[in-house]
Amino acid sequence: MKRYSAFALVREALNDHKGWSRAWADAQPKDRYDVIFVGAGGHGLATAYYLGKRFGITNVAILEKGWLGGGNTGRNTTIIRSNYLQDPSAAIYEKARDLYEGLSQDLNYNVMFSPRGVLMLAQTHHEVRGYQRTAHANRLQGVETEFVGPERVKEIVPIIRLDGPRYPVLGGLWQARGGTARHDAVAWGYARACSAMGMDIIQNCEVTGVRSEAGKVTGVDTTRGAIGCGKLGMVVAGHAGVLAQMAGFRLPVESVALQALVSEPIKPCMDVVVMANTVHGYMSQSDKGEMVIGGGADGFNNYTQRGSFQHIEETVRALIETFPMVSRLKMLRQWGGIVDMTGDRSPILSKTPLEGCFVNCGWGTGGFKAIPGSGWGFAELMAKGQAPLCDAFSLDRFREGRFIDESVAAGVAH
Amino acid sequence: MLVFRCPYCGVDAEETELSPGGEAHLTRFGPGSSDAEFSGYLFDRENPKGVHFERWRHSYGCGKWFHAARCTATLEVFGTYPAQTTEPPKDILDTLAKKRPGWTWRELGAK
Repeated sequence: MKRYSAFALVREALNDHKGWSRAWADAQPKDRYDVIFVGAGGHGLATAYYLGKRFGITNVAILEKGWLGGGNTGRNTTIIRSNYLQDPSAAIYEKARDLYEGLSQDLNYNVMFSPRGVLMLAQTHHEVRGYQRTAHANRLQGVETEFVGPERVKEIVPIIRLDGPRYPVLGGLWQARGGTARHDAVAWGYARACSAMGMDIIQNCEVTGVRSEAGKVTGVDTTRGAIGCGKLGMVVAGHAGVLAQMAGFRLPVESVALQALVSEPIKPCMDVVVMANTVHGYMSQSDKGEMVIGGGADGFNNYTQRGSFQHIEETVRALIETFPMVSRLKMLRQWGGIVDMTGDRSPILSKTPLEGCFVNCGWGTGGFKAIPGSGWGFAELMAKGQAPLCDAFSLDRFREGRFIDESVAAGVAH
Repeated sequence: MLVFRCPYCGVDAEETELSPGGEAHLTRFGPGSSDAEFSGYLFDRENPKGVHFERWRHSYGCGKWFHAARCTATLEVFGTYPAQTTEPPKDILDTLAKKRPGWTWRELGAK
C-alpha cells in the first residue's frame, strides 16, 4: 500500500495519476480465521483495525453481505458529538470524538473531520433545565460543553429565528468540538488500513448460519461457503436480531426505519450543526452546500430502508419554523436506514450466551459518531474478555436493572 | 404508508391515525416466575425480518387496541384481529400459510 502524501500527489500528477493502487483488496474467503466480523460498516471495520493495531491480531476476515459501508455507515447525517448525560455514554462517545480528531493522520486517509460545533436547541423550560444539567454532568466527565443563552445562539447561527410562534429558542447546549466527518471516508479509511495489515474484506458474502459446538462458536455459513473462526463479532446494526436468531439467542433490540434527506445545494449559510430535539429535526450544511436534514424514527418494526412520509413532513415543518429561509428549498434525495433500538437507547457491546461470540449493536439512531470509540473498546473486549469502555454496556444490564438511560436523559431519538 | 382495518369499528385507518404498541402475544411473567422468564418478558423481543404480530391502537378513532399480522420486510398487511386472544385466528394463519409458506415466529398460544 502506498502512503498518501503531498509528495505522492505531486509524483502522480507528473505520472498522469496512473500509479495509484487500489485502496483495499477485495479478498476471497479462506477456510478459517482467528476472528470473523459480520458487517463491514464503520463499527466492524474500526473494531478490526484496533484489534490489529492494539492487540496484533491480524488473521481476521470482515464479511459484508452487500458492499463496504453500504448500510447505516453510508446513510447517516454524519454528526459527531459526545454531550451525553450518563457517565458510560460520555466516556465512549468522548473517546470516539477524541479519536476522530486524529483519525485522518492515524489512518493516512482524509476523513474530513470538521469540528464545526454542535448546538442543541432548548425550546422548552424542561429542555433548558435538562441541558443545564447535561452541561454540569459533562463538566464532571471532562467533556467540554456549555449552556448558552439565546443571544449567543443567534451569534452562532445567524439564520435562526429565536421567537418562533410555538417553540421560541430559550438557549442551547453548545459543544464547540463536535462536528461532522465524511461518512464514506471513515469506512474506506478503516478498510484501507485493515487491508494493509493483511485482513480480508469479503463483500457480497451474506452470513446464513452460525456454527457452534458445545456452546462455543466454531464458524459461519455464508453464501460463499462455510468459514471457520475462533471468535465471532456481530456488528450488523439493524439486522442484529436476525443474526442473533441464527446464533440461538435473543436480543432486547427492535429494528425501525430512520430517515434523512438533503436539499439542493445553496451558498454557505450555516457553519455548525443544529439539533432541535423538541420539534424533532436537525440540520447541517455539507461541503457541497446541501442542507443535510434528519428527523425522528418510525415507531414500528421495519426492514425496508424507507420510512413513513409523515416523518419527513414533521421534520421539515419544524425546521421551517426555526429556519424560515429554508422554506423554499427543494429537496434532492431522501433515504432510510434500519436502526436497532434498545429500551434504554444505549448500545450493547457484550459477550453473548454463545462462547466466543460477541455482539456490538443497539446504537440506534446515533452510531456514526461512536465508530472509533466503539471499535477501540469492542476490540479490547474481544481480545481480553473485558474493557473499561464496554463493561457497562453488557447484555446483562437489562436483567440486572443497570440501564444507561439516555432515552429519558435526552428525551428524544438521538 | 401502512393501512389497517380496525377490527372493532371497521374503519380503514392509516398510520397517522394509529399508535404502534410493539410485539403481540407476550406472556406476562410476574411474581413467582424465574429471573430469566421475567427479564425475557420485559426486554427480549422477536424482531423478525418477515412475518410479525403486533399490537396497534386506533388512537384517533375508536381508541381500542387490536392486533395485526404484518410483514416487516415488505410492509404487507395480512390482516387484523381483536386483542382478546393469545394467538392469531385461523383465517390469518391460513393466509400466512398461503402467502409465506414456511414462516416462523416464536411459539404461540396460552402458557
